[in-house]
Amino acid sequence: MKRWEFRLSGSGGQGLITAGIILGEAAVIEGKEVVQSQSYGPEARGGASKAEVIIDDKTINYPKVVIPDLLLAMSLEAADKYGSEIKENGIIILDSSMVSGFKNEKAQIIEIPITKLAKKEIGKTFVANIIAVSALVGLTEVVSFVSLKKAILSRIPKGTEDINLKALEIGWALIK
Amino acid sequence: MSPKARLIQGNRACAEGAIAAGVRFFAGYPITPSTEIAEIMSEELPKLSGKFIQMEDEIASMSCIIGASLTGKKVLTASSGPGISLKQEAIGYACMTETPCVIVNVQRLGPSTGGPTSSAQGDIMQARWGTHGDHPIIALCPSSVYECFTLTITAVNFAEKYRTPVYVMLDEIVGHMREKVVLPDADEIEVIDRKRPTCPPEEYKPYQIGESLIPAMADYGTGYKWHVTGLFHDETGFPSGNPQVIDAQFKRLMAKFKKYEDEILLWEETETKDAEILLVAYGSTARSALEAVNILRTEGIKAGLFRPITIWPFPEKVLKTLAGKVKKIIVPEMNYGQLFLEVERVCKDKTQVSGLFKVDSLPIAPDEITAKVREVL
Repeated sequence: MKRWEFRLSGSGGQGLITAGIILGEAAVIEGKEVVQSQSYGPEARGGASKAEVIIDDKTINYPKVVIPDLLLAMSLEAADKYGSEIKENGIIILDSSMVSGFKNEKAQIIEIPITKLAKKEIGKTFVANIIAVSALVGLTEVVSFVSLKKAILSRIPKGTEDINLKALEIGWALIK
Repeated sequence: MSPKARLIQGNRACAEGAIAAGVRFFAGYPITPSTEIAEIMSEELPKLSGKFIQMEDEIASMSCIIGASLTGKKVLTASSGPGISLKQEAIGYACMTETPCVIVNVQRLGPSTGGPTSSAQGDIMQARWGTHGDHPIIALCPSSVYECFTLTITAVNFAEKYRTPVYVMLDEIVGHMREKVVLPDADEIEVIDRKRPTCPPEEYKPYQIGESLIPAMADYGTGYKWHVTGLFHDETGFPSGNPQVIDAQFKRLMAKFKKYEDEILLWEETETKDAEILLVAYGSTARSALEAVNILRTEGIKAGLFRPITIWPFPEKVLKTLAGKVKKIIVPEMNYGQLFLEVERVCKDKTQVSGLFKVDSLPIAPDEITAKVREVL
């Protein structure tokens, strides 16, 4: 398989690091090599936050994303900050409930109202990260739906299975 | 997939390594980017009848683990820059009293509160000389999540065997990143316990020196009475101002480390056999350097990597030999040149040494290293 570099960006509190861990754990389930890292400011909420995930068959030396194959941007600040760094013909997923008027000629841009969907369909914005990671996997097929589902179920708090699986289905249905 | 494969953080691997090595006492005060170690120890130690204490500050935390070690426990504390600065006085006390203890420093950008969530390698010289007075010290530097586990075990073993404080020097990247690992089972792990006295309590002299140069250490509360002091002391443990006693204690402390140097010095070499350009890098920067070596090799540039795993004492003999075989040495570091000074001291008579220093909160990327190599070639 090819090496995949993902950058999941937004603001602190949106669950992007959790989304990165879930993606990474799905890849571990499939026996792939994974490194997940993050950068965030000293704030607990707000501020720019990004999680990075590299998935490969081979050993991963440098643990940070150089130029992502896929960028997820879930805030205007993140889209502005990271939107220009993308591989030629890469994919940018935008949360259109947060970002508008964004352009990048190099990449395929997928606009999804991720946060609005989480609120409207599930009533909880905190599952937006699951909708996002589901759409990301649907687009790239970097791991299977089954592995992703397994990874989500092993990571989320007990009692939230139904809403998280619904979020998974919503994200998947948007792409497939 | 391997059933044991997990995606875990460096900080978790470090905590699990400490537990696997037998650490049953942790005292600390939370600080980014080391906090996860305290969190995990607070969850896991009570399950093993161990003790976790969050103290009022880092000075107290360091003192607390020294006290616990004197009762026979294997002990750990974890912190970052500002906290490690506060611990220094007590670390000196542990050096002087030869109390086994492990200090994890997950390095962040300093000085002062600096950049709590930014990676750095700016505490390398602090690990060597942070506490006052001449003293030997051991510092180990992991580059991966797996190595956070194995090197914390090594650190606990070294602390116990050689009766010394040992630093485990992570950086924010290694501490916070998650990697796929398959950790070894308990029966695959070598665990070392400190030497305890075999004589009856009334005959015990706490600093009586045998051939090993490492005095046997009695657990407080087991009937062995002994005096522990940061003052220079004789074999009874009581203070002494006798110049001969002071000189003998100093010499023995230094000789102890020299005697076991072959066991303490750890390093890794990659593609060094025919290397013309040698990178010397440690911690997360060594991963960038390794990638740089791979890139340079595909371009026909004979690059190699020397990665000191034990950074203190510094593995100078082996590096000096390598320096005699290469044309140039480059030291990339996330600081203004700290281990560089040591590399330069060791290698400058053999070859040209240059540094690649970066202190803007970002890691050194492989292409920055390859660019530097092409510049000096």
